[in-house]
Amino acid sequence: MALKTKTSTRIGVTILGWGIALWLFFPIFWMFLTSFKSEVQAISTPPKLFFMPTLSSYAEVFERASYWHFTFNTVIVSVGATAIAIALAVPAAYSMAFMPSKRTRGTLLWMLSTRMLPPVGVLVPIYLLARNTHLLDTCTGLAIVDMLTNLPIIVWMLYTFFREVPAPILEAGRMDGATRWQEMTMVLLPLALPGIASTALLSLILCWNEAFWSLNLTSSHAAPLTAFIASFSSPEGLFFGKLSAASTLAVAPILVFGWISQKQLVRGLTFGAVK
Amino acid sequence: MATVELKNLRKTYLTEEIIKGISLSIEDREFVVFVGPSGCGKSTLLRMIAGLEDITSGDLLIDGQRMNDVEPGKRGLAMVFQSYALYPHMDVYKNMEFGLKLAGMPEAERREKIEHVAHTLQLEPYLHHKPGQLSGGQRQRVAIGRAIVRNPKVFLFDEPLSNLDAALRGQMRVELSALHRKLGATTIYVTHDQVEAMTMADKIVVLQKGVVEQIGSPLELYHHPRNLFVARFIGSPPMNFFPAIFQGGDAAGSSVQLRDGSTLYVPVTSPGILPGTKVTVGIRPEHVELAPSGPNSGTVEVIERLGAITLVHVRMSDGEIIVVQTDGAVLTDVDTHVSLTLPPQNCHLFAPDGLAFEACRRHPLAA
Repeated sequence: MALKTKTSTRIGVTILGWGIALWLFFPIFWMFLTSFKSEVQAISTPPKLFFMPTLSSYAEVFERASYWHFTFNTVIVSVGATAIAIALAVPAAYSMAFMPSKRTRGTLLWMLSTRMLPPVGVLVPIYLLARNTHLLDTCTGLAIVDMLTNLPIIVWMLYTFFREVPAPILEAGRMDGATRWQEMTMVLLPLALPGIASTALLSLILCWNEAFWSLNLTSSHAAPLTAFIASFSSPEGLFFGKLSAASTLAVAPILVFGWISQKQLVRGLTFGAVK
Repeated sequence: MATVELKNLRKTYLTEEIIKGISLSIEDREFVVFVGPSGCGKSTLLRMIAGLEDITSGDLLIDGQRMNDVEPGKRGLAMVFQSYALYPHMDVYKNMEFGLKLAGMPEAERREKIEHVAHTLQLEPYLHHKPGQLSGGQRQRVAIGRAIVRNPKVFLFDEPLSNLDAALRGQMRVELSALHRKLGATTIYVTHDQVEAMTMADKIVVLQKGVVEQIGSPLELYHHPRNLFVARFIGSPPMNFFPAIFQGGDAAGSSVQLRDGSTLYVPVTSPGILPGTKVTVGIRPEHVELAPSGPNSGTVEVIERLGAITLVHVRMSDGEIIVVQTDGAVLTDVDTHVSLTLPPQNCHLFAPDGLAFEACRRHPLAA
C-alpha cells in the first residue's frame, strides 16, 4: 500500500516537473519554430504548429546585418568580462573565506546590495564616465561595466565554494612551505575548480544576455548580439519571423555551450565532496 | 637536535584570553603530550607553535631562536592534522613531494626520500593512489609520511588518531611510538585520550582553560597528581573521592575522619592545615578493596565485567557512587551489600583549594 502511494506520488511529481519544464521551455521552442515561418505564418491566428518551414527570415537577417560582427563583440565582451571578474574575485573570495575579519559579512552584504539597485539608477553617471574616458561604444567599456555588475555575484559564489574546502588542507600547504599565492594557486584552485568553472559559466551567460548596458553604451562599433536582436524589433513595426530568426541566432551559441557544459555546471552546484 | 621553549605564551581572541601565559621547555628528542578536556586550549597552543595562530604575547623559541614572526613553513616543523588534510587532488607520491618541491629539492633526491619513507610506512603499493581511494589508516600513514619526508626538527600531531576505530587506534599508537624511537625527533602531540598520553609520552602537559595544571612523566601524574583536576583527569576509570575532616598530622602522615566515623592515617604531610578543615580523600578504583563487612558500606548498583577485570559501582550510604576495580573472577552480584577497604598508602589528600598534600615518600617509578 505504502509502495503504491509512493509510486503515484512519484508519477505526479514527474508530470508536474515535466509540465513546469515544458512551460519554461515553450517560449524558446516557439521562437525557434517562428524563425522558420514566413512573416504571414508568424502572425496567423490561430497560431500554426505545422507548416512548411522556410529559411527566408534567416536569409533576410543575414542580408540586413553583420551577424558575425555582433557575435564577435559578444564573445569578446563576455569572455573578457568573465576572465577579469574571476581574476579579481578569486583572491577576494579567498581572503574572505579563509581570513575573515569582523567586517567580512558586512562587506559581502554590501557587495550584494549593489545588485539590488536598478541599473537605470546609475545610467547617467556611468554613461558620462564612459563618455569622458572615451569608452563609449567600445568592447573594453562594455566589458568593464558587465564585469563590475557581475563581480558581487561572482565573489559570493566563489566565497561559498571556497568555504567548502576544509581549512586544514590549506594549512597543510602553509606548513609545507607554500606562500599565500602558492597556497591559493596550487592547493585551493585545483580543489575548487568545478565551482570556479560553474561560476565562470554563469558569468558568461549573464554577460551574453546582458541588454541594458549594451543598448545604452554601444551603437555600432561594439554592439553585441543583444543589440542585434533589438535592431530587428522596432523601426518598421514588428516582424516576428525575422525577430525570431535573429533571436535564435543570438541565443544559439550560449545555449549549445551551456548544454555541453551542463555536467560541469551540475558538478559545480553540488560541489563539496572534497574531503 | 631541536629544543622548543615557550615563555609566558598568551593568546587573546577579541577580548577573551584563550592561552593564559604558558611556559614550558621541551628537550631534544622528547615526546611531549598536551592533554586536557575539550576547549582547554591544547590545539590552539599547538597551532601557535606551528605558526597557524598568531602569538598575542610571550616568546616561542625553537633551538634558541625566536620564531614568533617566522612563517609556518620556515620554522622547521611538520604537522599531522586530525582530519589528515591530505591534498585530495594529488596522489600519495605528490602529497609527499609537495613540500620538498616547494623547498626546491632536486627531483632525484625527492624521489629517493619519498621511496625511503614509503618503504618505512609500507605505502609503496599506494604511491599512485589518490587519498580518496585509501582507508582511514592508510590516509593517516600518508599524513605521517608527508611530515617525515621533510625531515623536520619538530613533529606536531593534532589528535591524529581520533578519526580511527579503536583497533586501528591501538595499532597506530604502537607504530607511532616505534617511529619516534627510530627517528628520535622532538615531538609535540595533542590528544584528549589519556591512554595515548600515558603510553606515548615522555612528558605530559595537562591543560585546563588555557592554564597548565601539571607537567610531568605519565607515572608522576598518575601517582602524584598536583591537584584534584589532574587526579580526576588522569586514570581510567577516574579516581574516587570521599569528603573527610582533617584531624591532625605529623612528619609520617596525616589523620582524617571519613563521614561514617572511621579514620584513615594517610602518609602525606600537611603543613599549615588546621584540625577540623574539610579535605577530600582520593583513591583510584584499582586500589579500593571489597570486603563483606566493615566500615564504608554500600550496595552494588552496577557490575561491568570486562573479562580480565571487573568494575563494581557501589552506591554508598551518603548516595555517592564509588567505582571499584577488581579481578575478573569476583563473584559479587548486583544489590549485594559490601564494604570498602581504603589502603591508606594508596590514598591522596586534597586541601579545600584542590591542591594535593605532598606524599611523604615518592613512588619509585615517579621519582
